[in-house]
Amino acid sequence: MTTTAESGPAGAGRADIGRNEIGKARLRKEDAHLITGRSRYTDNMVLPGMLHLAMVRSPYAHAKITAIDVSAAKASAGVLAVLTGADIAGEQGSLPNVWPVTPDQKAPEHPAIAVDEVAFSGEIVAVIIARSVAAARDAVELVDVDYDELPVVMDLEEAFTDKVLAHTTLESNKSATWVFDSAEAGTGTSVEDALADSEVVVERTLYQQRLIPAFMEPRSTVVDPTGEQITMWSSTQIPHILRFALAITLGIPESKVRVIAPDVGGGFGGKLQVTPEEIITVVAARRMGKPCKFTETRSESLQVGHHGRAQVQRLKIGATKEGIVTGFSVNLLADMGAYLGLITSGIPILGAFMYNGIYKFPAYRFECNNIFTNKPWTDAYRGAGRPEATFAIERMMDELATELAMDPLELREKNWIKHTEFPFATVAGLEYDTGNYEAATAKAVELFDYEGLRAEQKRRRENNHPVQLGIGVSTFTEMCGLAPSRVLGALNYAAGGWEHAQVRVLPTGNVEVVTGSSAHGQGHETAWSQLVADRLGVPFENVEVLHGDTQVSQRGMDTYGSRSLTVGGMAVLAAADKVIEKAKVIAAHMMESSEDDLEFANGAFTVKGTEQSTAFGEIAFAAFSAHNMPDGVEPNLDSEATFDPVNFSYPHGTHLAAMEVDTETGHVSVLKYVCVDDVGVVVNPMLVEGQVHGGLAQGISQALYEEAVYDDAGTLVSGSFVDYLVPGAPDLPHYITDRTETPATSNQLGAKGVGEAGTIASTPAIVNGVLDAVRHLGVKDIKMPCTPSRVWHALQEAKTSGGVQ
Amino acid sequence: MASSTSITVDVDGVTYTDDVEPRLLLVQYLRERLGKTGTLIGCDTTNCGACTVHLDGVSVKSCTMFAVQADGHQVTTIEGLAQNGKLAPLQEAFHQCHALQCGFCTPGMIMQSASLLKENPHPTETEIRDGLEGNLCRCTGYQNIVAAVKSVADGVEYDESGVSVSDDLVDDLAADGSERTGVS
Amino acid sequence: MIPSAFDYAAPTTVEEALGLLSAADEAGDEVKVLAGGQSLIPVMKLRLADPSLVIDLGRIPSLSGITDDGDFLTIGAMTTHHVMETDPLLATHLPLLQMAAGTVADPQVRHRGTFGGALVHADPAGDMLAPVLATGATFTVSGPNGQRSVDAADFFQGYFTTAVEDGEILTSIKVPKYTGWGAHYEKFTRVAQQWSIVAVAAMVRIQDGVIAEARLGLTNMASTPLRATATEAALAGCALTQEAIAAACAHAAEGTEPASDLNGDAEYRRHLVQVVAKRAVMKAAGLQPDGLKRTRE
Repeated sequence: MTTTAESGPAGAGRADIGRNEIGKARLRKEDAHLITGRSRYTDNMVLPGMLHLAMVRSPYAHAKITAIDVSAAKASAGVLAVLTGADIAGEQGSLPNVWPVTPDQKAPEHPAIAVDEVAFSGEIVAVIIARSVAAARDAVELVDVDYDELPVVMDLEEAFTDKVLAHTTLESNKSATWVFDSAEAGTGTSVEDALADSEVVVERTLYQQRLIPAFMEPRSTVVDPTGEQITMWSSTQIPHILRFALAITLGIPESKVRVIAPDVGGGFGGKLQVTPEEIITVVAARRMGKPCKFTETRSESLQVGHHGRAQVQRLKIGATKEGIVTGFSVNLLADMGAYLGLITSGIPILGAFMYNGIYKFPAYRFECNNIFTNKPWTDAYRGAGRPEATFAIERMMDELATELAMDPLELREKNWIKHTEFPFATVAGLEYDTGNYEAATAKAVELFDYEGLRAEQKRRRENNHPVQLGIGVSTFTEMCGLAPSRVLGALNYAAGGWEHAQVRVLPTGNVEVVTGSSAHGQGHETAWSQLVADRLGVPFENVEVLHGDTQVSQRGMDTYGSRSLTVGGMAVLAAADKVIEKAKVIAAHMMESSEDDLEFANGAFTVKGTEQSTAFGEIAFAAFSAHNMPDGVEPNLDSEATFDPVNFSYPHGTHLAAMEVDTETGHVSVLKYVCVDDVGVVVNPMLVEGQVHGGLAQGISQALYEEAVYDDAGTLVSGSFVDYLVPGAPDLPHYITDRTETPATSNQLGAKGVGEAGTIASTPAIVNGVLDAVRHLGVKDIKMPCTPSRVWHALQEAKTSGGVQ
Repeated sequence: MASSTSITVDVDGVTYTDDVEPRLLLVQYLRERLGKTGTLIGCDTTNCGACTVHLDGVSVKSCTMFAVQADGHQVTTIEGLAQNGKLAPLQEAFHQCHALQCGFCTPGMIMQSASLLKENPHPTETEIRDGLEGNLCRCTGYQNIVAAVKSVADGVEYDESGVSVSDDLVDDLAADGSERTGVS
Repeated sequence: MIPSAFDYAAPTTVEEALGLLSAADEAGDEVKVLAGGQSLIPVMKLRLADPSLVIDLGRIPSLSGITDDGDFLTIGAMTTHHVMETDPLLATHLPLLQMAAGTVADPQVRHRGTFGGALVHADPAGDMLAPVLATGATFTVSGPNGQRSVDAADFFQGYFTTAVEDGEILTSIKVPKYTGWGAHYEKFTRVAQQWSIVAVAAMVRIQDGVIAEARLGLTNMASTPLRATATEAALAGCALTQEAIAAACAHAAEGTEPASDLNGDAEYRRHLVQVVAKRAVMKAAGLQPDGLKRTRE
């Protein structure tokens, strides 16, 4: 770890923040139960009299339901009820989309159980409620559904033509068109003019394949309707949003719904959803008056859990001969799938502000057409809109460098924002607060041995080695810390972007921290403990972090968008500060001094210039016993705070990938991967590195392995882990990671967010590296994932088209 | 309805006798009948390895065995790995090396790592990675898992500071210097 | 995730198993014979197979083990892949089978999955089929009328189809020793834990500095494993150079009918098999081919 010259030592000048815990690689508090098998995932839950659900799903991607006969299923052993869409039409409502990106956005009704028409393969047409999972599963095959098949539209570009409609109830497959134009917004000039005047214009169409989040824990929901409240345990990233959504969808008073996210086995955006299965489980439990459980199989999860990415990117970049970019035009087709999920429509818009990357572009235009197809809906997947944007610009910078015969790093440096130019108002309308692209790049280049690998590349080219070497560059930034509520409001998002926290001081001086950001592997319990231990001067071990239960944490906006530390962590610190303020009044009273004479450090108030002090624990007990409180002061030290960020945060980094391409087989392998990320001030470097590693794995995997593939009839071909390739340990490289640090100014800690960085940056680095290895053989592009077959075919086409130089 | 069969299985040191339907998978028997919910189900095609347990001392995927096949055999799950309240070395190493995030793959990873080290007490990085090919993790990118396994093989002793060993050590542990890919 | 209900029987002798099969046949039961279960149980969980009776061979001790029968090794059908990949007899006399066994699926699956089960399952992408074919092994099949022997060349009859009839079980495989031959099983996949896209099993006998004799089996180049006879012929007398071996292996796609799927089309496979064959033969001959190393070598 090094710090850049500009920023000085980490967090310098922030004397108000103690440095005992922040920056320390604390081992995780979360681990003990997970490594011993005492885990509490939703599917582990058993309740008295619990019933089990199984879903009957449409085998067709588009069809009218003409009749459903459930009599045989109902008569099957152990089955208590079978419900169809018609049976619950009056109560199931329509699943929520909370982000109407334009006032005229079109969307079909979205019942949890289809009533008249199914629009993707796997859509639910009935639910079995039985005494065991086996009985429920057995009865699925006994439900007799008559369908009238309708034409399907699977291809995004074909869907855009409206020749075949994904829904008979809609007149067009177009849901919305969203535009940002720098000339109109006043953040830049006209792209059309800029491109017309450019000495060089590079035009490309790039494809973002459809991905499946593939969290390791299949989604599971348990609903207990007994008692006066409905309690739901669910494998979700968003217990608070889910509670609200259940209330508005089902018409149940919000106060009668409690949602618990116990241990959650990964999410990556894939559990940022209100699912049909959750709605159905509530309906079933209320109907039966008994607890009900639904746990999806992996195949179901791949088939119907929301997917990610799925865009066609039509891109034009203009530049001078010297390589100064003059304008960037982005025209997207974004595959919504068949319905709009929770924030489906907004995902591409989250990318709209990032297509200019780290660069100073004078002109920019973004247009996105949100299009329906007969596939499961898309929604958030790690990075959500920003990986797509970063891929587009970083691929285009390499294309432009090729066109100009310029080193890709040199081209980037000519265009990026210098560290002296921050804060910088971008052409997309954001204000980047801090960053130092030079520092991160210099460090990455050194760790990577950029020159040495370029020399090796040259050698292999010269001797026509069967294994060619390519170097992939990706210099990225992203917007994290979702989000300033005012910005979300301006984008027509239904909710705010704040986060909430409570700090509760127990009589023993132990501290309970309640956070609205609900973790599912990130390590919040550990990091939040460090924050509070640091601020209150209590031992790390004495802090307990509570989350993921709407009855314990009554307010929250949950976990996604690399927001937890920069928003949720700030709420925790603000609440801790309020505790100190409350404690100060009591301490002054106890020491018979003025509040103004007290200073708080290392967990104690001291009268300035004296030895007289009172420890935090003593004040906690005094507040508990309340025998001697100052007049008018309530006897507790508890506090709460809600933090709404004033700006996003902008982590950045330079990723370099040395890619080997076996020209005989098309096989691609990562020889060396170096990333230097600047995620601002780091609370726990161990957790940060873990996030980077996992992010890299997913980004590399998009480049090389994963794709949701459909046949012409609309069936998912890559429908199990046999065909949807999640890489294993032998398939991924050893990552060389490092950091630079320029503190963010949008929060008092200086943190920027790290959850998505690795994923966003690595995909273009890998693909750029693959292409760099074979471009001299005449290959112009390879669609993701760069499978051996695709790479080999690209080489063959280059040969036959005479592209070999 | 097929008839039930009586089975007797030793699980984590306790002998159980139960009537089971032949179609009951071993993992379902462990989770639903014995309450051994530490063993998890992550897929339905024998790919993910989350359900890995030891059958007579070797790793198997408990989703790909019927409970009746375990009749008369000995099963060890993640819940039986710690002895006398002391974590097994691999459990400690996973904690120390930050080899888990969401924890869902962890029981299977640890059980497979234990089997791997039993068969090959001093594996290289490549051998560790290959030995874990039947266990999928979506959070960690595997690097720290490799380091954790290597640290046990190397007999690394961790202190009790509650702070992770330096990144450098973890990096060194994960990479044994042997180029895993490259031109031959 | 949950198979349909079935009846279960676990005979302890081959005779008992055959009796159960015969009775089931008379009763009209749909029977599946359970060996290691690593392919059968997944398809039952997905309900792609719904047998009414499962006969588990796992409690018949005589079906497991590797014995030295002079010029042959006899491998019990229920011998696990793990036993095969670690067996010293196999390492000495049939390193090809030992290596191939070590590439099947993953360690957990190799602990349960069996040689005979994989052969009778006869998935064309299965890794034990081509090596066995290359060795010219003989299959011992037991049925109601006693034992019969089937040559490897006649055993694999199509997708998931072998010479084992209803009412019969494969009990052992008699494999000629190839002591002193060089051997390599070269497997090409996109990720480690994947069925072979293409793989080549190669054995070479080197004499006087050239390849005197070669035996090659191809995985996943047709609905059954194939012998690469044209390549074998071209390799006879072949010099130990990359160029010469590559020229011989350019015949590897002859007579193949590979499928097209997510991992590659037939054209790609026809090309790939030539490269994989070259690398397999070179490694079998103790040479290091150019190209990216795959894991687990």
